[in-house]
Amino acid sequence: MKSRLLAAALALGLAAPASAQDAILNVSYDIARELFAEINPAFAAKWKADTGRDVTVDQSHGGSSAQARAILEGLPADVVTFNQVTDIDVLAEGGLVDPNWREAFPNGASPYYSLPAFLVRADNPKGIRDWDDLVREDVKVVFPNPKTSGNARYTYLAAYAFALDKNGGDQAAAQDFVKQLFANVPVFDQGGRAATVTFAEKEIGDVLITFEAETGGIAAQYADKNFVRVTPSLSLYAEFPVAVVSENAAKRGTEEVSKAYLDFLYSPEGQRILATRFNRVHDEAVKAEFADSFPELKLVTVEEVFGGWDKVKSEHFAEGAILDQVFVNQ
Amino acid sequence: MSAHADPAPAALAPRESRLVPRLLIGLALLLTAVFVVVPMAYIFHRAFAAGYAVFLTNITEPNTLHAIWLTVLTAVIVLPVNIAFGVAAAWAIARFTFPGRKALLVLIEIPFSISPIIAGICYLLLYGRNGLIGPYLLANDIQILFALPGIVMVTMFVTAPFVVREVLPLMQAQGSEQEQAALTLGASGWQIFRRVTLPNIRWALLYGAVLCGARAVGEFGGVSVVAGKIRGQTNTLPLQIELLFQDLNVTGAFAAASTLTLIALVVLVLKTLMESRR
Amino acid sequence: MGVTLSYLGVIVLLPVIALVLKGAEIGPARFWAITTAPRTLAALQLTLLAATMATIFNALYGLLMAWVLVRYEFPGKRILDALVDIPFALPTAVAGLALSALFAANGWYGAILEPMGLPVVFTIWGVAIAMSFTSIPFVIRAVQPVLEDLDPQYEQAARTLGAGRFTIFARVIFPAILPAFLVGVTLSFARSLGEFGAVVFIAGNLPMKTEIASLLAVIRLEEYDYNGAAVIALVLLLIALLLLVVSNLLQARALRYKGKTA
Repeated sequence: MKSRLLAAALALGLAAPASAQDAILNVSYDIARELFAEINPAFAAKWKADTGRDVTVDQSHGGSSAQARAILEGLPADVVTFNQVTDIDVLAEGGLVDPNWREAFPNGASPYYSLPAFLVRADNPKGIRDWDDLVREDVKVVFPNPKTSGNARYTYLAAYAFALDKNGGDQAAAQDFVKQLFANVPVFDQGGRAATVTFAEKEIGDVLITFEAETGGIAAQYADKNFVRVTPSLSLYAEFPVAVVSENAAKRGTEEVSKAYLDFLYSPEGQRILATRFNRVHDEAVKAEFADSFPELKLVTVEEVFGGWDKVKSEHFAEGAILDQVFVNQ
Repeated sequence: MSAHADPAPAALAPRESRLVPRLLIGLALLLTAVFVVVPMAYIFHRAFAAGYAVFLTNITEPNTLHAIWLTVLTAVIVLPVNIAFGVAAAWAIARFTFPGRKALLVLIEIPFSISPIIAGICYLLLYGRNGLIGPYLLANDIQILFALPGIVMVTMFVTAPFVVREVLPLMQAQGSEQEQAALTLGASGWQIFRRVTLPNIRWALLYGAVLCGARAVGEFGGVSVVAGKIRGQTNTLPLQIELLFQDLNVTGAFAAASTLTLIALVVLVLKTLMESRR
Repeated sequence: MGVTLSYLGVIVLLPVIALVLKGAEIGPARFWAITTAPRTLAALQLTLLAATMATIFNALYGLLMAWVLVRYEFPGKRILDALVDIPFALPTAVAGLALSALFAANGWYGAILEPMGLPVVFTIWGVAIAMSFTSIPFVIRAVQPVLEDLDPQYEQAARTLGAGRFTIFARVIFPAILPAFLVGVTLSFARSLGEFGAVVFIAGNLPMKTEIASLLAVIRLEEYDYNGAAVIALVLLLIALLLLVVSNLLQARALRYKGKTA
């Protein structure tokens, strides 16, 4: 038995580099594991039909910022599919991505979007409906570490935006609100998926805050646990930007297939897969088809509430800025 | 309780000395069961919880197979290198006095006493794009991090001390009389090593090699920093366990863990056999 | 000889030098600021405290095991002796996976402990248990051979002089095994300080509460904070070096002691 396994493993290991074909590496955020496991074969089939060539897409998943850092260290990504604009900006500053990457693809190079939403335990025993409920003393909240996870930064910003909206723009009240929210978190994992494991497998906390794409997928995967998806009254528009890592792609001669791969995410076929995985898309036909999966709510953007990512970075995420003040005081 | 009825002190002593050993043995067995045996057994329990068929599917999943292959490959590269290094270093330290001998000893021990995470960070600071020699590597298109060379080198770092630690005390204790005798008889350096030194340190060497191999197969922290998490490419088996766990495939994670546990058990048996021959 | 040194240079020394250079580049003021930041201090404190807890347990458990394995005969003794080494053979990530599942609220152990108000996972106890598991063999394997070599005539002499069981252990046996015991304890402590794989699975990694120093170094790295990562790594390296020196001194004393009795 073991020798057969070993032989299979050997064959696999030796076969992989031997065959001549297109191969690209997509470095992505943490919770997109299942999404790209479905996108990649579909793209490979299309690429084969269009060009007659085979393509394999390798995946690497982790906290979006941590992944960007790894690319700066030399992780040979051809394309990135992240959940935060700032993480691609970092690559652009490092000279790995075209500074005008946002114009390279439609919708500011963001083929789909999502928003921080809630997942609660069966029958919603704590009656959690909106952000207000999360700062109650009897509620334990789970979301990842905003220092390493783009997912958690959206959660932080969404909660902040909600509190601003509720208190007529009072910054102090908003900071108090997120401070209380942080105080209710028993554990900060490093990536979105680790937080999901904490909530779903280790059964910690009353509510998981993560992208709607994840709450939908997890509710479906753990059907036996009857988790309930809750959409808050207000949330933050979370872009999922993509880019070709031009320096690596040029070196490896993968520019064409890399661009085609990202284009595929905008195609009706790609958008349909995205929507089945609970991502909100821009394609009108697909949008209409999946309207039931996506409840309506008030969606605000980083530009509207915070004046853009640069301001968010300096006012909230810089060392000693607002996030540090509310995060350490827990 | 009837023991108290017996007034003879001579009879009391052996009775008491039976009780204390039993208590101590019982405690030792209980603690070992709770802290060592149950965790290990639990891995197999979870791996097979969903049945043998599911276990087989999990184990033969291509990415897991690739992780097994990468782990074996890494160990196969690291082990001979560190055996050769271990013997050579132990030889040098035991047989020669030279300036910096003490420093060399400390240097060899460093990987043993620091967190493997630090090893990973050191490698990033050295070979990363912004590291000491990263730009040079980049200009020459040499990929060390996030590829096999980085994984192998960090594993070498972490496992460097194992063979030396086992072989050195033995070489020091045995002294060099036999080797000098062989030298006067006209034996060449290699002959002396093969015919005189090696037989003496054989079991210690194997023992060190087994420990080194076990650690090479199981290394997690250091490799996790430099591996880049590319599925089916740079995930060793311990990293694959974490990945499967976070893929919400807990049974798959335990299945992968069970193969490593099996390796650990084989190592244990080998080690016990060797100890009895030492 | 040359090959040995250059191998060691490339694999061990050069990477460590890269770290030291990075640390030097940061400058003493900044270095101190990072080291004394509340979160760094909390992480270092937790790491030291949990390692101390783990080492105390391992010291007692190690003494017990060494004693039982050397002094008593019982069925299954050889198996017990072999089982001791499992923590060295088992990859730490596997240990972490198993321990965190066992001690989770819905696991075998957690289901008993949690209702008693003794949560383990995501507390310092979880960190200590993971550290303890991965360093179990050190004390046992250090004490065992010395205990085996111990000349029984001193004990017999003490017994004829009317010394009780406890007195014999405290006055005769323990002083003899003390150097080896301390070596084992130091190694166990050093290993606990450095443990990563097993701890991160069970600790919950709560900043200021259950975040160990080596994890904080990784987090700093992932936040692009290279200085922060390098400083924490350097502090851990210095602590490890200090322990290494202590353990070498103890070992030298232990050898001297052995030389005297032989």
